Amino acid sequence: MSTSGAPRGGGDAVAGFDPWALLQPDQVHRDLYLREDIFALEMERLWARAWLFVGHDSQVPQAGDAWATTLAGQPVMMLRGHDGAVRVLHNRCAHKGAPLRPEGASHAGQTLRCPYHAWSYRLDGTLLAAPQKDGLAGTAFESSPAAQGLTPYGEVAVHRGFVFARARRDGPGFEASMGELLAALDLLADRSPQGRLTVAGGVLRTAFEANWKIYLENINDAFHPISVHASVTASADSVWRSAQESGHAAAQAPATPPLAMRQLLPFGSGYDFFKAMGARVLPHGHSLLGTHHSIHTGYADLGAYGEALRRSHGEARTAQVLAFAPQNVVFYPSMALKGAPPVMRVLRPLSAGRTVLEAWAFQPEGAPPAVLRSALLYNRQVFSPMSMVAHDDLHLFEGQQRSLAARGNTWVSLHRGAVRGPDGGLREALPRDVDGLDEALLRNQYRAWAEGMADAPPGAEAAC
Amino acid sequence: MLMPADITRAMLQDFVAEEAWLMDAQRWDEWAALFTADGRYWVPASPGQPDTPDQVSLLDDDALLRAVKLKRLRDHRAHSQQPAGRGHHLLQASTVVTMDTPGNRFELRTPFVYTELRAGHTVSLPGVAWHHLVVEAGALRMRMKRVDLLHADQPLRAVEFYL
Repeated sequence: MSTSGAPRGGGDAVAGFDPWALLQPDQVHRDLYLREDIFALEMERLWARAWLFVGHDSQVPQAGDAWATTLAGQPVMMLRGHDGAVRVLHNRCAHKGAPLRPEGASHAGQTLRCPYHAWSYRLDGTLLAAPQKDGLAGTAFESSPAAQGLTPYGEVAVHRGFVFARARRDGPGFEASMGELLAALDLLADRSPQGRLTVAGGVLRTAFEANWKIYLENINDAFHPISVHASVTASADSVWRSAQESGHAAAQAPATPPLAMRQLLPFGSGYDFFKAMGARVLPHGHSLLGTHHSIHTGYADLGAYGEALRRSHGEARTAQVLAFAPQNVVFYPSMALKGAPPVMRVLRPLSAGRTVLEAWAFQPEGAPPAVLRSALLYNRQVFSPMSMVAHDDLHLFEGQQRSLAARGNTWVSLHRGAVRGPDGGLREALPRDVDGLDEALLRNQYRAWAEGMADAPPGAEAAC
Repeated sequence: MLMPADITRAMLQDFVAEEAWLMDAQRWDEWAALFTADGRYWVPASPGQPDTPDQVSLLDDDALLRAVKLKRLRDHRAHSQQPAGRGHHLLQASTVVTMDTPGNRFELRTPFVYTELRAGHTVSLPGVAWHHLVVEAGALRMRMKRVDLLHADQPLRAVEFYL
């Protein structure tokens, strides 16, 4: 198999492509990180079929508010209508293809108006008017795609303000695909006494030269912090110790480290800690890392906020909500969440070897400002392009992308915990609950990858 | 002993030029000593960003976080510094924006292009540095250095050094 196929446009990129040929029960072939033709197919099949995270409805609070972004390589906008509904439409004028909204947040007003030839659309995407319409009389315009207005990206589903969309219908429906992840969103949203989250404080975006799957694997990889982040945790530990020991600083130093240090130091936890944190394999590539505990357990500071939660949700639910502090919840293939601090990472793949990562923060409505601030501090310290934690990760991802080109061993090992059963095959069910170091989470990602990369089953468009 | 009344525009401009030299020479201990005890190094993540903990920043380091970052850069386990990276400042002449001698407050605006070379890859970032200086114990010190990047709100490649 060649390692650098040229990108091909239009239709399925590779006729007869068999994704399962790149998978073994406990290994994946490096071609799936490197080949541009496979990347093009990922966007057309896997990403188009997946329920991708588009945005949060708090980003478009008023009718006419728009959020323009890229989904599976497609220009889209999330738009709030006069009916209060959030729609996801292609950001492409039906006339000549100009974008209707600029990237990011903007307000369209009562209608969407194309800057090029002034075609205008209702907020549901239907065509309102094209100037000088008599010039279209007697033409086939009315039966053309242009007369249909803006094209929806696909199906949209909203849960607790999280907006998801899929372009193709030949995969599992929203609830079937999300499964237990919906309960994870409920637990996160219930960190607000009102049950509402707001995206707040801005976004940090990092560009790196590695495949999106390398990053997604890392989110599920509790094996790496002890070796990758040793320089950060050793330095933080040593600086904090000497700050406490030096007579000058001891007078000022509080008994417990500041939050910035409390967020950095646990990256130095040992294998035993990460192994015991536990993990859960969920269908369709999703997962939960940190089912028992995580490095995020224990730095919540509650007070009156805890009281407000108990008044709204009751004692039992509040305890459940606060206990939910996983290392990472992966919404395969595009997003990952933490509960405490409430932060979210979104992947925007650009090509086989280029990806943009976004780091967002939430303010649970009714929670004290400290909750959002801890999330923003965490994003700055861990996910900023200037973060010393991210530097070692990114360096390794980019190095992997280059070194995977090696022609010797062309396989990537996912063996940890993969004790083969009697069948020993790819169709053998994965365990559900595993230890935090088990690579079952990664094997699960790649099974979902192969399923999503399959050719369309006949008549699949109708079978939703 | 140097007093605020002794400060000249040339001294302020020299300070900024020498600060950049220390960074490019990676004389980080001397560079860190240029800050006051409560000195802050801040890189906002959007243009015109208000100074509030309710907005995320690319970097916002106090003395403790600077010490951790600088220690880590010299740690043999800092994988991303193998091979060691290098930084280069191209500074435009600084403008003295505030010259408040009685109040002991001095502020300079310095446009720059910062280039960082790491693992064979070059990142170039235009921006403006704002130095907020005071005279303390007979020397000019930074109370805050704010770095406004032209690309602050864009996807950025890793930038590993202070700039």
